[in-house]
Amino acid sequence: MHELLQTTVNGLTTGCLYALIALGYSMVYGILKLLNFAHGDLYMVGAYIGYFVIQWFGGPNAVSIPVPLLLAIMVLLAAVGVGVLGMAIERFAYRPLRDAPRIAPLITALGVSFVLENTVLLLFGGFTRSYSTPTFISFNSGITLDGVRIDSVELMIFGLSFAMMYGLHQLVQRTTLGKSMRAVASDREAAEMLGINVDRTIALTFFIGSAMAGVAGVMSGLAFNQISNTIGFLAGLKAFTAAVVGGIGSIAGSMIGGLLIGLCESFSASYVSSEYTDLIVFGILIATMLLRPTGILGQKALQKV
Amino acid sequence: MTDPAQIGRDEWVARSADRRDEGTGLRRVLNQLDARVGWWPRLAAVALGGVIVGQLLTNVNLQQVGFNSLLYALLALGLNIAVGWAGLLDLGYIAFFGFGAYGFAIFSSAALGTGGSGGAHLPAIEIIVIVLAAAGVVGVLIGLVALRLDGDYLAIVTLFVGQAFMEVVNNVDPGTLGGVNGLFGLDPLHDFGGQVSSTLGYYYVALAALVLVAAVLRLLDTSRTGRAWRALRDDPLAAAAMTIPVNRLKVMAFSFGAIVGALAGILFAAQQSTVFPTNFTANILILIYACLVLGGVGSITGAILGGIVVTVAEQMLSSPTDAGYLFYGLILLALVAKVRPWRRLAWVLGGIVALGFAAHGIVSLISSSAVAGHPGSTGWIGSVVSNYVIVPSNPVGYGNVLYIVVLCAMIAVVRLEGVRRLLAVIPTVYIAACCWESRLIVNPAITTQIMIGVVLIVTMAARPQGLLGSRRVEIV
Repeated sequence: MHELLQTTVNGLTTGCLYALIALGYSMVYGILKLLNFAHGDLYMVGAYIGYFVIQWFGGPNAVSIPVPLLLAIMVLLAAVGVGVLGMAIERFAYRPLRDAPRIAPLITALGVSFVLENTVLLLFGGFTRSYSTPTFISFNSGITLDGVRIDSVELMIFGLSFAMMYGLHQLVQRTTLGKSMRAVASDREAAEMLGINVDRTIALTFFIGSAMAGVAGVMSGLAFNQISNTIGFLAGLKAFTAAVVGGIGSIAGSMIGGLLIGLCESFSASYVSSEYTDLIVFGILIATMLLRPTGILGQKALQKV
Repeated sequence: MTDPAQIGRDEWVARSADRRDEGTGLRRVLNQLDARVGWWPRLAAVALGGVIVGQLLTNVNLQQVGFNSLLYALLALGLNIAVGWAGLLDLGYIAFFGFGAYGFAIFSSAALGTGGSGGAHLPAIEIIVIVLAAAGVVGVLIGLVALRLDGDYLAIVTLFVGQAFMEVVNNVDPGTLGGVNGLFGLDPLHDFGGQVSSTLGYYYVALAALVLVAAVLRLLDTSRTGRAWRALRDDPLAAAAMTIPVNRLKVMAFSFGAIVGALAGILFAAQQSTVFPTNFTANILILIYACLVLGGVGSITGAILGGIVVTVAEQMLSSPTDAGYLFYGLILLALVAKVRPWRRLAWVLGGIVALGFAAHGIVSLISSSAVAGHPGSTGWIGSVVSNYVIVPSNPVGYGNVLYIVVLCAMIAVVRLEGVRRLLAVIPTVYIAACCWESRLIVNPAITTQIMIGVVLIVTMAARPQGLLGSRRVEIV
C-alpha cells in the first residue's frame, strides 16, 4: 500500500512535466497542424537555462540569494528565454514553409531539433550536469502524509503545473488572444479574413507553448537532478504520446494524458521492469491510435477536402 | 514572374517552378541531353563510373569512404520508396536497417550457438533470402499499423518503432542479441566456397547491389504501382476515388522500403563484422534523411547523389585540411551563385578579404595575446588564414560566443534586402570564418551533426526539391 502510494506520487510528478511539454505540442499542433519535433529540445534548453542561473548565483553550495527568489528567477528566465527561442524558430524555420507540402515542415522540424541538440553539445559539452538540488533545497522539506513523502520540489511541480494549466485554460477560453488562437486553429484563412493577425497569433502560441516547455525543463532539472543535451528527444516523444492519448488540441486532454503516461511509467518501473518502460509507453500509444485515434478528450477531426 | 494571385496554381509551387527555369547556354544543352538519354545507359554509366572509382581507391580509408557512400545511397533509395513516392513520412526506417544488420549477425555468428561456439554460420545467399523475406514481412506488419494513421501520427509512431528497435536489441535476450555489447565476430559474406574479405570487395558488392536496386526501382517507378504511389502521395482521397487500392499500396511501400533497408543492413554488418545498438540511433536516421532531402525527395538519381555527397562531405569534415576546402569552397560557391553581377561579387569578395586582414592587423596591434591562437585548418589554407582570422590563445569561450553571433548574423542576412544584405554578408562571412577556425573545425563530429541539421532546414526553405528532385505539385 505504502509503496503503491509512493509510486503514484512519483508518477504524478513525472506526469505533470510530461503534461506541460504535451501542452506546447498540442497547442502548436492545433494551430499549425505541425508536429514540432524541436519541442523536446526546447525543454532541454530550459533545463540548461535553469542550471546556468544556479551557477550565476553562486552555485548550488553557496546560493547568494534566498532560494525561493532563485527558483522564481530560474522559472522566469527559462520561460522567457525558451519562449523567445521558440518564437524565433517559428519565424525563421517554419513560417516560410507554411503553405509548403506537409512533409516539408516536418523535415525542417527534424533539422531544427538536430541543430538545437548539437548546438548545446558544442557550447556546453556532452557530459551530464547536475543541478545538485538537495544541497540548496533540503531533502527533508516537504510533507509526509501517512508515511508517503512528497518533498518540496514535488509540491512545487504540482502547484506550478496546475497553476499554469489553469492559467492557460483561462487564456484560451476567456481572452481575445485565446479566441483568435481558436479561430486560427479552426480555419486560418477565414480567421485572416476576419481581421485576425494570424502571424502574431501563431508567434504567441509558439511563445506560450515553448515557455511551458522551458519551465518543465527547469523543474525536471530540480526533480531529477541530471541534465544533458540528449534529454529532449525521449521526453518530447513521450510528451507527444501524452498529447495524443489525451486528445490532441485539448488542454485538459494533454494534462490527463501526461499524468497517465507518468503513472504508467512509474508503475511499470516499480512493478514490471524499468528496461521495458519505453516499450510499454509505446504500446499505449499504438493502442490509443488504433482504438481511439481522437484520444480521451479529443474531438473527431473533420477532414477538409 | 508568375502572378501570385493566379487562380488554380499554388503560389509555392509557382515560385519553385520559376527557380527551375529551363535556363540558357550550357545549362540548356545539359537539360536537352538530360531529356534524350534513357535510364539504362545512365545506370550503366554510373556502374562503369563506380568500377573506375573502385580502381582508383588505393588505400583502405578511401575504400571505406567509397563503401559508406554506396551504403548511404542504398539507404536513401530505400527511404525514398515510402517518403518520396508514397508520401509516407517513415521515421522508423532505421529499424529496418538494424533489422537487416542484426538478421545477418544472428545467422552468421555464434549468437544461436551456446557459450560462444556453434551457431548458424549460414552462407550468404541463404541469409540474404531469409533476412530480406523477414524484413518484407515486418514491413507489411508496420505498414498495416500505418494504415490507420495519417501524416504526422504516422511519423511519430514510426519514430517510436525506431526507438523500440533500440530498446529490444538493448534489453531483450542479451544472450542472443548481445545487449549493449552488440554482436561481434561475424563471418564475412561467403558462398560457393568463396568469400568477400577486403573492403574493396565489399565496395564492389555494394555497387552491384546499388545498381540492381536502382534498376528495379526505376522499373517500379514507371510501372502502374509507381504511378499509383504518386497519386496516393499527391492526394489520397482522389486516389481512392479513382479505385486505386490505397491500403495495399501503403503496405507495399513500407515493405519494399524495409527490404532495401535490410539489404543495406546486411552489407553494413558483413563489412563491419560487428553490430552495436548504437549503430542504429536516430542520428543515423537523420543522416539518411539528409541524403535523401539534399539529393531530392522522389528522385532515384537524387537519392544516390545525396548519399555520396553527404558521406564524402562528412569524411572531409573530419580532416582539418579537407574541411577547409569544404567550408571556404561552399561559401565561395554560394556567393558566386547568389551575387550578381560579377562586379558586385568582386566588391563583396574584396570586402571580405580586406575586412579580415584589417581586423587582424588592428587587433594584433592592440593585444598580441588576442591573436595568439592557431587556426584549426591545416595545410595551405591554414597558413593563409593564420594572418586573416582572429583566434585567441584560448579559443573555446570565444568560439562559443562567435557561434551565437554567427547564427544571429545569418538570420539578419536572411531578413535584409538588396545592398544592405550584401553589406551584412561581409562581416557574417568573416565572423563565420573566425568561428570555424577557432571552434567548429576542432569538433568535427559535432560540426557534422549541426551541418546535417542546417542542410535539412536550408534545403526545405530554399530548394525543397533538392539538388535533383522533381517538383511536388500540391493540389489546393
